[in-house]
Amino acid sequence: MTRWFPFPLLSFALFGAWLLLNESLSPGHVILATILAVGGALALTALEPPGLRLRRPRAIAELAALVLVDIVRSNIAVGRIILGPRRREEISGFLVVPLDMRAPYGLATLATILTATPGTLWVRFDPESGLLTLHILDLIDETAWIAIIKGRYERRLMEIFE
Amino acid sequence: MTGAADLPAWAALLTALLVLLGAGLALVGSIGLLRLEDFYQRVHAPTLGATLGAGSILIGSMVFFSVLQSRPVLHEILVGVFLTVTTPVTLILLVKATHHRDLDAEQPATKTEAGDDRPAG
Repeated sequence: MTRWFPFPLLSFALFGAWLLLNESLSPGHVILATILAVGGALALTALEPPGLRLRRPRAIAELAALVLVDIVRSNIAVGRIILGPRRREEISGFLVVPLDMRAPYGLATLATILTATPGTLWVRFDPESGLLTLHILDLIDETAWIAIIKGRYERRLMEIFE
Repeated sequence: MTGAADLPAWAALLTALLVLLGAGLALVGSIGLLRLEDFYQRVHAPTLGATLGAGSILIGSMVFFSVLQSRPVLHEILVGVFLTVTTPVTLILLVKATHHRDLDAEQPATKTEAGDDRPAG
């Protein structure tokens, strides 16, 4: 079993996604979905992904709710900046945040969160020094941004992934 | 839009509002692409359409098809998942490439003048 399904969850997700996309349970689509499920998992094996263990489902739900609220809020904030009068002073810029987190999936999730939130942008992360460079559209208060990223996101991500 | 006429008024109104909101956010994002001043600022703009904009259009679509009961509303969830997973990859790649180029050209952080006029990708 493990030979053909090294990542059962991924295989199941691919299988399900294919059938849902095609809204069909015909034999042809079931065969295609199986090929996709097995092939996708085998391709992932070649990448040798690090193991994943998730902890604290409550922290996951909490983080998801926070991110949702933040996305709505920052959509409004960025919309205001765009539609508002041209700013005389230049207030967007780069921000360097020292991170304590090293878990690869935690970092990937943080990158997704920060990029999906309008107003913050993941530029680069240096794994050796642990310094994360971000671009912030509305960089008025640097310490406030660092507090948001470390206190609001990183702490919870470390609870979940480390 | 099959069967749109069968839709009760409240559902039609709700769908219309959600779709308009989503389209509006995508429009604001596009305006931002035009108005903001340098590349890094402009990359922020389209995320409006990709997050809340896409979200409200998807919720609108869910309302429409659930009320008509023409099909289960799982497509929208898949679209949402795919959007969330793929958009950051593109954005981060674009930004990384630009940052790399700017580091080569020296002092990227101070270069936020209006004259820094490059295509936004």
